[in-house]
Order: sequence, then C-alpha cells, then structure tokens
Amino acid sequence: MGPSEAALKLVDNTHLRFLDKPVKADATTDIIYMMCPMHLLTIEEKIKEMERGQIVSILTDYDGALEDIPQWCNKTGNEFLGIYEDVDHYKFFIKKVQA
Amino acid sequence: MKKIYLDHVATNPVHPEVLDAMMPYFKEHFGNPLSIYEHGMKAREAIENARSSTASLINAKPKEIIFTASGAEANNFAIKGIAYANQNRGKHIIISKIEHHSVLNTARFLEKSGFAVTYLPIDKDGVVNPADVEKAITKETILISIIHASPEIGTIEPVAEIGRIAKQKGVIFHTDAVASVGNVPVDVQSLNIDLMSFAAHQFYGPKGAGALYVKEGVRIVPLVYGGIQEGGRRAGTENVPAIAGMGKAAELAKRDLQKRIDYVKPLRDKLINNALKIDKVMLTGHPGNRLPNHASFVAEYIEGEAMLLLLSAKGIFAASGSACSSKALKASPVLISIGVPTHVAQGSVVFTLGEGTTEDDINYFNETFPQIISRLREISPYAKGWEGTEDSSCTAQK
Repeated sequence: MGPSEAALKLVDNTHLRFLDKPVKADATTDIIYMMCPMHLLTIEEKIKEMERGQIVSILTDYDGALEDIPQWCNKTGNEFLGIYEDVDHYKFFIKKVQA
Repeated sequence: MKKIYLDHVATNPVHPEVLDAMMPYFKEHFGNPLSIYEHGMKAREAIENARSSTASLINAKPKEIIFTASGAEANNFAIKGIAYANQNRGKHIIISKIEHHSVLNTARFLEKSGFAVTYLPIDKDGVVNPADVEKAITKETILISIIHASPEIGTIEPVAEIGRIAKQKGVIFHTDAVASVGNVPVDVQSLNIDLMSFAAHQFYGPKGAGALYVKEGVRIVPLVYGGIQEGGRRAGTENVPAIAGMGKAAELAKRDLQKRIDYVKPLRDKLINNALKIDKVMLTGHPGNRLPNHASFVAEYIEGEAMLLLLSAKGIFAASGSACSSKALKASPVLISIGVPTHVAQGSVVFTLGEGTTEDDINYFNETFPQIISRLREISPYAKGWEGTEDSSCTAQK
C-alpha cells in the first residue's frame, strides 16, 4: 500500500527509512489493527525476550508507528533497520542492541 | 504504615450497600433475564429497576439507558454506532485533543474506513472553545464528541454550550462523562446531550458495568449483534449482578452527591494549596472549573513514575496520568496539548480523593509530598537545567 500522503503528513518523517524488500527477522509480532500505545508496549516486551544482535519484525497498520518506532529505537539505543511496505500494513525491522 | 488511596479516578471500592444489592443475583436470583419463569422474572426486574435509578441520576428516561460492560465500550458504541447510522448524511466527525483513548482510537479507526475527523485544540487550562466547535462544523458533520471532564487534568468542558451549538446545527452530540457522572451533577436535558457514556465504578459501583445514554429518537447501529437484550441494541446475556450494582450505586450517588462534593472539595483544595507552595510544581487543568475531587500537577525535573514509587513506599497511592506516559515512554498527549513542554510533562502526577479520604490523610500527604519532591530533585540530573528538545507527543491525535 505504501504510506498515503495523508499519513506522511501526520508524522515527522525525518527518521523514515523504507526498504525494497523485507529483512530476515528472528521473531515477528503481528499487531495489525491495534492502536497507540500498543505498538510501543509490544516492542518493549518483544525486545526483552530477544538476544542482542537478533532482529524483530513488527507488523502494524498504525500510521503513528512511522514516527514512534524510529523514535523509540533512537531513545532506547536499539537499531532501526527500516520499514517494508506490504500490501495492507507496514513491517518494521529492529535489531536489539541494548540489553 | 498508613495506606492512603488517592487514585479514585482509576476506580473505587464497591459501596457496602451496592455489594448487598448485587449478592442475590449471584445465587438465589441467578436466572437469565430472558427466561419466562420466576428466575428470569426476578433478574429482569432487577435490570429494569437499575435502569430506572441509573436514568434518574442523569435526568433521562429509563428506555434511554443501554447497559454496557464499561465506559470504553459505551464510547466505542456511541461513536461507531452513530457514524455508521449516519454515514449516508455525511462522514465528518469532530472530537478534541483531550479525549480518552476509547474516543481517540475509535475516531482513528473510523478514519481508516473513510470518515474525516477534526481534532479540536484545547487551551492552557484544557478547555475546548465552543466557537472552535462551531467553526469546525461542515455540511458533512454528523457527530461531535467532547469529553465532559478530563480524568487526567480534571477540567470540566463547556458541554452545555457545545450541545446547544450541535442542536442548532442539527449535529448529534456525544459526551464521555465517565469521569464526571457520580462526581458532579450531570443532567442530560440541561446539557443538551444526545448520547453520554458513563461507568459504575466511578461512583462506588462495580467494575464491568457501564451505560450509554441514547436520547429517544436517536438511531444507533449496534456494536454487538445477537439477541434481543437492551432492546436489540446490545446483545449478550446481561451481567445482572453488575447492573443491579450500578443501579444501587446510581441511587446512592443521586442521594449523596452534594454531600460527597461538600466533603471532598475542601480536602482537595487543602492538598492543592499545599502542593503549589513547592517550587516548580504547577497545577494542570482548570484552576476553578474542575472535578471537585481532582488535583493534578507537573513537577519540573522529576519523572512522574519516580514520584509514584516513592509515594507508594510511603503508603500513598496515586497515578501519573495517561497510559502513554506511564507505559510507553511517551509524553501525555493531553499535557502536550495544553502547552506543557515535553520534559516537564514527564513529571506528571494525579491525585483523586474519595469518600474514604480523611483530613489526617491529607495532612500526612501534605507533609510527605514536599519531602519526596526535594529528595528526587537532589538526585535528578535534570534539576541542573536540561530543557529537552524532543517532540514525543502522542501520534494518535496528530
């Protein structure tokens, strides 16, 4: 689908990084149809379960995640690898850096 | 150690008379209200009695009350139900930036289904300007939903005036009155309200019981289809004990409301006056027009969560505001909307009093709170002057 123009207007898109193809993830969490703040709570919980260096993929259709997830990575010191736009949702890829 | 509960906006204990009113419906009168024999009749009678006293609390007719399982469900029902019922007339909805997430996220959900939503700003006291509501109305507008009172900053909104504008323009008006019903007088007639959400546990009733007032003649699409319960508008076998409890709690709230306000307000004022003597502690929300049991502050250079932990170690139980700030490392969208800088919004704390709060409790609180602030500032790196730059307000309302 790609983010709509309306969605891009909603967010500070300076941190956005879009990928041509999805990254191979070690774990995936599907939170499609969930809204704020479930995306942030989910990442926090998921990252706790992962080993350092592993990659988690978060599937969401929540436009606010375009701003929140890169910012969350920035704030917590985890690496934001990018976003892949699937047919009806986004796939966010995050590498665990911090314990 | 003392245990002082100052989080009455989160929930309340069930009043003993309410519990007594609920008990028979767990055991001897356990019947399904739809059954035509004695068991069912008793249960049905309990529901209809509860409907009458719940309606009476807000000056509505019994048939205008639909019982739900929570305030959040009532908000979802109102907004989705009115949007779907009126989508052929228009697809524009007006809400404000001070709404609860059960309104905010429902509106966002509808945006994905092709509705347009206007998010009205609020002023520094958290007040929605009725003139902004009027300006935002277009030919497409089908619904206005503005909260009655904010659980986070206590501000009471000019709902009667907004309701008057909505009526004049022929737009349906819903208000989320979860934080206000049972704490201040609420009259759906004089406030010009078409739909209103409220919840029993806010006025010493049980959790799991809420209601949506729907003015006679307003059409609404059900959220839950199935049986004929609640006039076919909310299917599912009723939670009879909870509904009976809500009815009793409404009866008590109607009887004791002024007494409760007169008791709690001077205690709340004492708490506010004392807290405002502390350096760089500011009241959030409207200074006068606010819930009578509600005190909310931001303290500079301190994390709200740290305050809560130290307060709880001293036996004082309170909240920091929205789920965003406490659970998701985000600044509260309501505080950002009233102009609190991001770094200050992290130092948010909310105290709400109730029937059980005593003068001694407030004296103890007033001694303890300044000590906790001083202690945290001694160890806070921010106390040396970090102003913060990042914008981490909530994306749900952008």
